[in-house]
Amino acid sequence: MNIIHVIGFILMLIGFWGMLTQKNMIKIVLALAIVETGLQLVMVAFGFIKGRTAPILDSTELVKGAADMIVDPVPQALVLTAIVIGVAVNALMLTFVIRLYQKKKTLSITEYKDLKW
Amino acid sequence: MELQHGIIILMGLAMILSSILAMVIKDLISSVIAVGVVSLFASIIYLLLQAPDVAMTEAAIGAGLSTLIFLYALHKTKDAEEEND
Amino acid sequence: MIKKLFAAVLLVFMAVMLYQLYSNITEKSGLSEVARGYAERGASELGTQNIVTSIVVTYRGLDTLGEVSVLFIAATGVAVLLRRRKEDEPAVTSAKRQSSEILQTGTRLLTPIIVMFGVYIFVNGHLSPGGGFQGGAVIASAVLLLFLSDTNYKINHGLFNIIESFSGAFYVLIGILGILLFGANHFLDNRILPLGDFGTILSAGAIPVIYSLVGLKVGTELASIIDNMKKD
Repeated sequence: MNIIHVIGFILMLIGFWGMLTQKNMIKIVLALAIVETGLQLVMVAFGFIKGRTAPILDSTELVKGAADMIVDPVPQALVLTAIVIGVAVNALMLTFVIRLYQKKKTLSITEYKDLKW
Repeated sequence: MELQHGIIILMGLAMILSSILAMVIKDLISSVIAVGVVSLFASIIYLLLQAPDVAMTEAAIGAGLSTLIFLYALHKTKDAEEEND
Repeated sequence: MIKKLFAAVLLVFMAVMLYQLYSNITEKSGLSEVARGYAERGASELGTQNIVTSIVVTYRGLDTLGEVSVLFIAATGVAVLLRRRKEDEPAVTSAKRQSSEILQTGTRLLTPIIVMFGVYIFVNGHLSPGGGFQGGAVIASAVLLLFLSDTNYKINHGLFNIIESFSGAFYVLIGILGILLFGANHFLDNRILPLGDFGTILSAGAIPVIYSLVGLKVGTELASIIDNMKKD
């Protein structure tokens, strides 16, 4: 359905805008989480075929004619892995934010100028 | 299975509004809850796209554990200001 | 001002790129070649009812090995970075109130049921929607409930370490067993155990065993991430 592709792309654009303009570090990590959710929505929507059903063969006529009655199972397997990796990356980024806060006591990204020349 | 257009348009509008609110609101706890709402609606859309495995994973991890990890991080970067006075 | 202009230009570029992707979408009418092969041979070769499980565990098993190692590295990174050193500020322990009687009794009743539900989800991964990742997330939620209701709860670090290490090691050993028994390109083949009747619990060869190990490992790793981020 093209509506879901449009929704996913708009979510990705909102997330990118948030990453570019926000100053609070936790909001930057939240924006990255929104980008990941939008991208996973687009990936699963690319595998949908109208009129077909879920890829679980629980009746005998599905077993016989499986290739003509199920949606594409490959994007679902990829998105399953991507969701778990996304939460692990979010946790690690939040750990960096916590350690930076413990050194300088501020959450605004404009205060961290040590690497600029 | 046919896709119901009306429900999907409503949920899509709710997701986009939630994500814009998450970026604009100053209070951090509300932003975290808004991102959790985006994950929840995405999990319902996965069910309408005939993907039950992905819907279960997104509901358990995205709308549950990820929101809680953000709230723990908020808790750790806020309290230290009151202790050092 | 320059920064806002730069951000706007970048966003316009990104929108143009995504629009090019959007305008090439055509209505799909059939499965691709790879998906057709998985769908036709999934039930007869491997004996599973859930095709997504057979793709994640057997046909693309190497990707799952990569994902398990990324999760392991992230959990280790969180544990190393949030270690409390002795020369930082001393741990301020305020007197915390005990939670009420209803909450404690309810938690003690609910936690075994939640853990059992999580184990049910990943044992039945090849028959119905579910699998290792979902079951592991449910087990981590049970540990989270124990943290939230009892303020003095400390997890048993030795037990979690043993479960996590042995699950990871056995997962790789079962994969190598497939190579030793069958040949060079059969990593994580599930025919090392006999395929039973189609549709019962003891079917699909080694897939329940592999998915249970993945589920336990993911569950204990997420629980240890939560434990490290809690303020001690």
